[in-house]
Amino acid sequence: MAKPRIKVPKSAAKGEIVEIKTLISHKMETGIRKDRDGNIIPRQIINKFTCTLNDKMVFSADWYPAVSANPYMAFHLRASESGKLNFTWQDDNGETYSTSADFNVS
Amino acid sequence: MTRMDSSPHVTRRHVLVLTGAAAVAAGTGLLPSIAAADKAAVEAAIKKAVGDASTMSGRITLDLPQIAENGNTVPIGIEVDSPMTESDYVKSVHIFAEGNPNPEVASLHFTPANGVAKASTRMRLLRTQNVVAVAKMSDGSVYRETVEVKVTIGGCGG
Repeated sequence: MAKPRIKVPKSAAKGEIVEIKTLISHKMETGIRKDRDGNIIPRQIINKFTCTLNDKMVFSADWYPAVSANPYMAFHLRASESGKLNFTWQDDNGETYSTSADFNVS
Repeated sequence: MTRMDSSPHVTRRHVLVLTGAAAVAAGTGLLPSIAAADKAAVEAAIKKAVGDASTMSGRITLDLPQIAENGNTVPIGIEVDSPMTESDYVKSVHIFAEGNPNPEVASLHFTPANGVAKASTRMRLLRTQNVVAVAKMSDGSVYRETVEVKVTIGGCGG
Protein backbone atom coordinates (compact mmCIF):
# COMPACT_ATOMS: atom_id res chain seq x y z
CA MET A 1 0.00 0.00 0.00
CA ALA A 2 1.48 3.26 -1.12
CA LYS A 3 1.46 5.90 1.56
CA PRO A 4 1.94 9.53 0.45
CA ARG A 5 3.58 12.17 2.63
CA ILE A 6 3.84 15.87 1.83
CA LYS A 7 5.45 18.89 3.42
CA VAL A 8 3.77 22.21 2.63
CA PRO A 9 4.28 25.46 4.56
CA LYS A 10 1.01 26.32 6.36
CA SER A 11 1.17 29.91 5.20
CA ALA A 12 3.26 32.17 3.02
CA ALA A 13 3.48 35.87 2.27
CA LYS A 14 2.16 36.93 -1.13
CA GLY A 15 4.93 36.64 -3.71
CA GLU A 16 7.08 34.39 -1.53
CA ILE A 17 8.48 31.26 -3.19
CA VAL A 18 8.12 28.15 -1.03
CA GLU A 19 9.37 24.60 -1.47
CA ILE A 20 6.92 21.70 -1.49
CA LYS A 21 8.30 18.26 -0.68
CA THR A 22 6.57 14.98 -1.42
CA LEU A 23 7.38 11.35 -0.72
CA ILE A 24 5.41 8.16 -1.32
CA SER A 25 6.21 4.63 -0.24
CA HIS A 26 6.36 2.46 -3.37
CA LYS A 27 8.74 -0.25 -4.56
CA MET A 28 8.97 1.17 -8.14
CA GLU A 29 9.49 -2.32 -9.60
CA THR A 30 11.53 -1.80 -12.78
CA GLY A 31 10.36 -4.81 -14.82
CA ILE A 32 13.99 -5.85 -15.33
CA ARG A 33 14.65 -7.74 -12.10
CA LYS A 34 14.26 -11.51 -11.92
CA ASP A 35 12.98 -13.60 -9.04
CA ARG A 36 14.78 -16.67 -7.62
CA ASP A 37 13.41 -18.91 -10.38
CA GLY A 38 14.66 -16.59 -13.12
CA ASN A 39 11.24 -15.19 -14.01
CA ILE A 40 11.06 -11.47 -14.71
CA ILE A 41 9.20 -9.58 -12.00
CA PRO A 42 6.59 -7.50 -13.87
CA ARG A 43 7.01 -3.74 -13.93
CA GLN A 44 4.93 -1.78 -11.44
CA ILE A 45 5.85 1.85 -10.96
CA ILE A 46 4.13 5.14 -10.29
CA ASN A 47 4.21 6.69 -13.75
CA LYS A 48 2.72 10.12 -13.10
CA PHE A 49 2.73 12.67 -10.29
CA THR A 50 0.57 15.80 -10.32
CA CYS A 51 -0.02 18.80 -8.09
CA THR A 52 -2.92 21.22 -8.55
CA LEU A 53 -3.88 24.38 -6.67
CA ASN A 54 -7.66 25.01 -6.72
CA ASP A 55 -7.91 22.46 -9.57
CA LYS A 56 -5.34 24.32 -11.69
CA MET A 57 -2.20 22.37 -12.65
CA VAL A 58 0.88 23.67 -10.86
CA PHE A 59 3.45 20.95 -11.47
CA SER A 60 3.49 17.42 -12.87
CA ALA A 61 6.05 14.75 -13.62
CA ASP A 62 6.26 11.59 -15.73
CA TRP A 63 8.30 8.92 -14.04
CA TYR A 64 10.16 5.99 -15.56
CA PRO A 65 11.65 2.89 -13.87
CA ALA A 66 14.89 4.84 -13.22
CA VAL A 67 13.13 6.83 -10.48
CA SER A 68 14.20 5.37 -7.12
CA ALA A 69 11.94 3.33 -4.84
CA ASN A 70 9.88 5.46 -2.45
CA PRO A 71 9.93 8.35 -4.93
CA TYR A 72 10.78 11.79 -3.63
CA MET A 73 9.78 14.89 -5.56
CA ALA A 74 10.35 18.47 -4.45
CA PHE A 75 9.39 21.60 -6.39
CA HIS A 76 8.47 25.23 -5.75
CA LEU A 77 5.37 27.38 -5.66
CA ARG A 78 5.03 31.16 -5.77
CA ALA A 79 2.42 32.21 -3.21
CA SER A 80 -0.31 34.03 -5.14
CA GLU A 81 -3.63 32.67 -3.90
CA SER A 82 -4.88 30.65 -0.95
CA GLY A 83 -6.57 27.35 -1.59
CA LYS A 84 -6.35 23.60 -1.69
CA LEU A 85 -3.31 21.77 -3.01
CA ASN A 86 -4.16 18.33 -4.39
CA PHE A 87 -1.48 15.74 -5.02
CA THR A 88 -1.95 12.53 -7.04
CA TRP A 89 0.28 9.59 -7.90
CA GLN A 90 -0.80 7.17 -10.67
CA ASP A 91 0.24 3.54 -10.37
CA ASP A 92 0.82 1.21 -13.36
CA ASN A 93 -1.88 -1.03 -11.86
CA GLY A 94 -4.53 1.66 -12.41
CA GLU A 95 -4.74 2.84 -8.82
CA THR A 96 -4.40 6.53 -7.96
CA TYR A 97 -3.07 7.63 -4.59
CA SER A 98 -3.85 11.15 -3.42
CA THR A 99 -3.56 13.59 -0.59
CA SER A 100 -4.22 17.29 -0.10
CA ALA A 101 -3.21 20.29 1.97
CA ASP A 102 -4.49 23.80 2.65
CA PHE A 103 -2.25 26.62 1.53
CA ASN A 104 -2.78 30.08 3.02
CA VAL A 105 -1.39 33.21 1.40
CA SER A 106 -1.36 36.30 3.59
CA MET B 1 64.34 19.82 -42.64
CA THR B 2 64.59 17.29 -39.83
CA ARG B 3 60.83 17.43 -39.67
CA MET B 4 60.60 16.18 -43.24
CA ASP B 5 62.96 13.29 -42.44
CA SER B 6 61.19 12.15 -39.32
CA SER B 7 57.65 12.46 -40.57
CA PRO B 8 57.44 9.00 -42.24
CA HIS B 9 58.45 7.43 -38.88
CA VAL B 10 55.76 9.34 -37.04
CA THR B 11 53.17 8.24 -39.55
CA ARG B 12 54.19 4.60 -39.33
CA ARG B 13 54.08 4.73 -35.53
CA HIS B 14 50.73 6.43 -35.70
CA VAL B 15 49.35 3.64 -37.87
CA LEU B 16 50.66 1.04 -35.42
CA VAL B 17 49.02 2.79 -32.49
CA LEU B 18 45.71 3.01 -34.33
CA THR B 19 45.84 -0.67 -35.28
CA GLY B 20 46.52 -1.57 -31.66
CA ALA B 21 43.59 0.51 -30.44
CA ALA B 22 41.30 -1.12 -32.99
CA ALA B 23 42.40 -4.57 -31.87
CA VAL B 24 41.71 -3.71 -28.22
CA ALA B 25 38.29 -2.31 -29.13
CA ALA B 26 37.45 -5.46 -31.08
CA GLY B 27 38.73 -7.64 -28.24
CA THR B 28 36.54 -6.05 -25.58
CA GLY B 29 33.66 -6.32 -28.04
CA LEU B 30 30.42 -6.09 -26.14
CA LEU B 31 31.02 -3.23 -23.70
CA PRO B 32 31.74 -0.35 -26.11
CA SER B 33 28.85 -1.34 -28.38
CA ILE B 34 26.37 -1.29 -25.47
CA ALA B 35 27.57 2.16 -24.38
CA ALA B 36 27.22 3.44 -27.94
CA ALA B 37 23.72 2.03 -28.28
CA ASP B 38 22.66 3.78 -25.07
CA LYS B 39 24.06 7.10 -26.25
CA ALA B 40 22.07 6.73 -29.47
CA ALA B 41 19.02 5.75 -27.42
CA VAL B 42 19.38 8.97 -25.38
CA GLU B 43 19.58 11.05 -28.57
CA ALA B 44 16.44 9.31 -29.89
CA ALA B 45 14.65 9.89 -26.57
CA ILE B 46 15.62 13.59 -26.61
CA LYS B 47 14.22 13.92 -30.12
CA LYS B 48 11.00 12.28 -28.97
CA ALA B 49 10.73 14.63 -25.98
CA VAL B 50 11.58 18.00 -27.53
CA GLY B 51 11.52 17.47 -31.30
CA ASP B 52 14.18 18.51 -33.77
CA ALA B 53 15.02 21.85 -32.13
CA SER B 54 18.77 22.43 -31.85
CA THR B 55 19.98 22.48 -28.26
CA MET B 56 21.95 25.29 -26.66
CA SER B 57 24.23 25.14 -23.65
CA GLY B 58 23.74 27.13 -20.47
CA ARG B 59 20.84 28.10 -18.17
CA ILE B 60 20.63 24.60 -16.62
CA THR B 61 22.32 23.82 -13.30
CA LEU B 62 22.51 20.13 -12.45
CA ASP B 63 23.21 19.24 -8.85
CA LEU B 64 24.49 15.65 -8.76
CA PRO B 65 27.13 13.95 -6.64
CA GLN B 66 30.50 13.44 -8.38
CA ILE B 67 30.60 10.00 -6.82
CA ALA B 68 27.42 8.11 -5.93
CA GLU B 69 28.11 5.29 -3.49
CA ASN B 70 24.67 3.76 -3.93
CA GLY B 71 23.30 3.76 -7.46
CA ASN B 72 19.85 2.83 -6.19
CA THR B 73 19.19 6.29 -4.87
CA VAL B 74 21.16 9.16 -6.37
CA PRO B 75 19.87 12.65 -5.47
CA ILE B 76 19.46 15.00 -8.41
CA GLY B 77 18.66 18.70 -8.25
CA ILE B 78 17.80 20.75 -11.31
CA GLU B 79 17.51 24.49 -11.69
CA VAL B 80 16.85 26.36 -14.92
CA ASP B 81 17.49 30.09 -15.13
CA SER B 82 14.13 31.67 -16.07
CA PRO B 83 11.90 34.55 -14.90
CA MET B 84 8.93 32.09 -14.81
CA THR B 85 6.36 34.64 -15.98
CA GLU B 86 3.30 33.92 -18.17
CA SER B 87 5.24 35.05 -21.25
CA ASP B 88 8.62 33.49 -20.44
CA TYR B 89 8.88 30.26 -18.48
CA VAL B 90 10.34 26.76 -18.50
CA LYS B 91 7.80 24.30 -19.87
CA SER B 92 9.55 21.04 -19.17
CA VAL B 93 12.79 19.43 -18.11
CA HIS B 94 13.60 15.91 -19.27
CA ILE B 95 16.21 13.79 -17.52
CA PHE B 96 18.09 11.01 -19.31
CA ALA B 97 20.76 8.47 -18.34
CA GLU B 98 23.25 7.20 -20.93
CA GLY B 99 24.24 4.00 -19.13
CA ASN B 100 20.89 2.67 -17.88
CA PRO B 101 18.78 -0.04 -19.55
CA ASN B 102 16.33 2.71 -20.62
CA PRO B 103 17.32 6.31 -21.41
CA GLU B 104 14.34 8.06 -19.76
CA VAL B 105 14.44 8.92 -16.06
CA ALA B 106 11.76 11.59 -15.55
CA SER B 107 10.04 14.49 -17.30
CA LEU B 108 9.12 17.46 -15.14
CA HIS B 109 6.42 19.88 -16.30
CA PHE B 110 6.60 23.37 -14.85
CA THR B 111 4.14 26.29 -14.92
CA PRO B 112 4.62 30.02 -14.19
CA ALA B 113 2.98 29.32 -10.79
CA ASN B 114 6.21 27.64 -9.69
CA GLY B 115 8.05 30.96 -9.38
CA VAL B 116 11.36 29.17 -10.01
CA ALA B 117 12.15 26.22 -12.26
CA LYS B 118 13.81 24.23 -9.53
CA ALA B 119 13.08 20.65 -8.52
CA SER B 120 14.72 17.62 -7.00
CA THR B 121 14.20 13.87 -6.95
CA ARG B 122 16.19 10.63 -6.60
CA MET B 123 17.20 8.32 -9.42
CA ARG B 124 18.72 4.92 -10.14
CA LEU B 125 22.04 4.67 -11.97
CA LEU B 126 23.23 1.24 -13.12
CA ARG B 127 26.87 2.28 -13.48
CA THR B 128 29.18 5.25 -13.96
CA GLN B 129 27.64 7.35 -16.72
CA ASN B 130 26.50 10.70 -18.04
CA VAL B 131 23.22 12.19 -16.86
CA VAL B 132 21.65 14.54 -19.43
CA ALA B 133 19.02 17.22 -18.73
CA VAL B 134 17.14 18.97 -21.53
CA ALA B 135 14.97 22.02 -20.82
CA LYS B 136 12.26 23.30 -23.15
CA MET B 137 11.30 26.96 -22.78
CA SER B 138 7.92 28.56 -23.52
CA ASP B 139 9.41 30.23 -26.61
CA GLY B 140 10.40 26.80 -27.98
CA SER B 141 14.14 27.11 -27.36
CA VAL B 142 15.89 24.06 -25.92
CA TYR B 143 18.87 23.91 -23.54
CA ARG B 144 20.99 20.94 -22.61
CA GLU B 145 23.43 20.02 -19.85
CA THR B 146 25.43 16.87 -19.12
CA VAL B 147 27.07 15.73 -15.89
CA GLU B 148 29.06 12.55 -15.28
CA VAL B 149 28.35 10.58 -12.12
CA LYS B 150 30.73 7.87 -10.90
CA VAL B 151 28.77 5.01 -9.38
CA THR B 152 30.36 2.70 -6.79
CA ILE B 153 27.50 0.18 -6.44
CA GLY B 154 25.06 0.10 -9.35
CA GLY B 155 21.31 0.53 -9.00
CA CYS B 156 18.39 -0.82 -11.03
CA GLY B 157 18.59 -4.11 -9.11
CA GLY B 158 20.14 -5.84 -12.18
